[in-house]
Amino acid sequence: MIDLTITDSPVDPAELLSRFTDAARGAGAIVSFTGLVRAHSSSGDVTRLHLQAYSPMTERGIEQAATNACERWPLDAVRIVHRIGDMAVREPIVFVATASAHRRAAFEAADCLMDYLKTEAVFWKKEFAGDTEHWIEPRAEDYADQARWQK
Amino acid sequence: MVQLIYLGRLVDITGIPEETLDLPSDLMTTGDLRTWLNARFPEADQAFDASVRIALDSEIAAEPAPIGQVSEIAFLPPVGGG
Repeated sequence: MIDLTITDSPVDPAELLSRFTDAARGAGAIVSFTGLVRAHSSSGDVTRLHLQAYSPMTERGIEQAATNACERWPLDAVRIVHRIGDMAVREPIVFVATASAHRRAAFEAADCLMDYLKTEAVFWKKEFAGDTEHWIEPRAEDYADQARWQK
Repeated sequence: MVQLIYLGRLVDITGIPEETLDLPSDLMTTGDLRTWLNARFPEADQAFDASVRIALDSEIAAEPAPIGQVSEIAFLPPVGGG
């Protein structure tokens, strides 16, 4: 019921959600989140983003986070798809979907998983903007969001 | 032979994502490895400092750790998130 894919190929969030909905028959609530490459950053107009993972450590960490979510909330299914490699502006980076009997568990679990992915997941991210390129680390807000779940 | 994997910003310093080589026989621990790598890339000013975690055969090492029989050593700068 936890299904994780890390891929260097483009992903289609609409198709992923449609398949997840078919597979999560019996659930009363499905929440999905799609993260896209933003067009602008503090360095200017973004031209592309490069993401790197370290297998199998990246997969192990995400699977553990999803297992923790399943212990905390009554989830029927979790789907996580994460891009690596080079991405253009507006391309999807990440897709997270959760299914549960009721909406609150599905919302909170998806939110919690995204906070894990933004701060602790084993990815390195390089942004190309204007004539510059630099490695990005989580923002203070990302850590504050993640800390909400540590209780 | 051991495979060294340089992740994230370390690739910009080493110029290569990975290399396979025989480590000098006097490198016994992860601490020795850091010192050796910092000397190999002096222009990077201690790039292999404590903020870079070391994974031995894809397990984060509790340092200082012996590097005896491992086949893969990865260097992980702070993660950037997805």
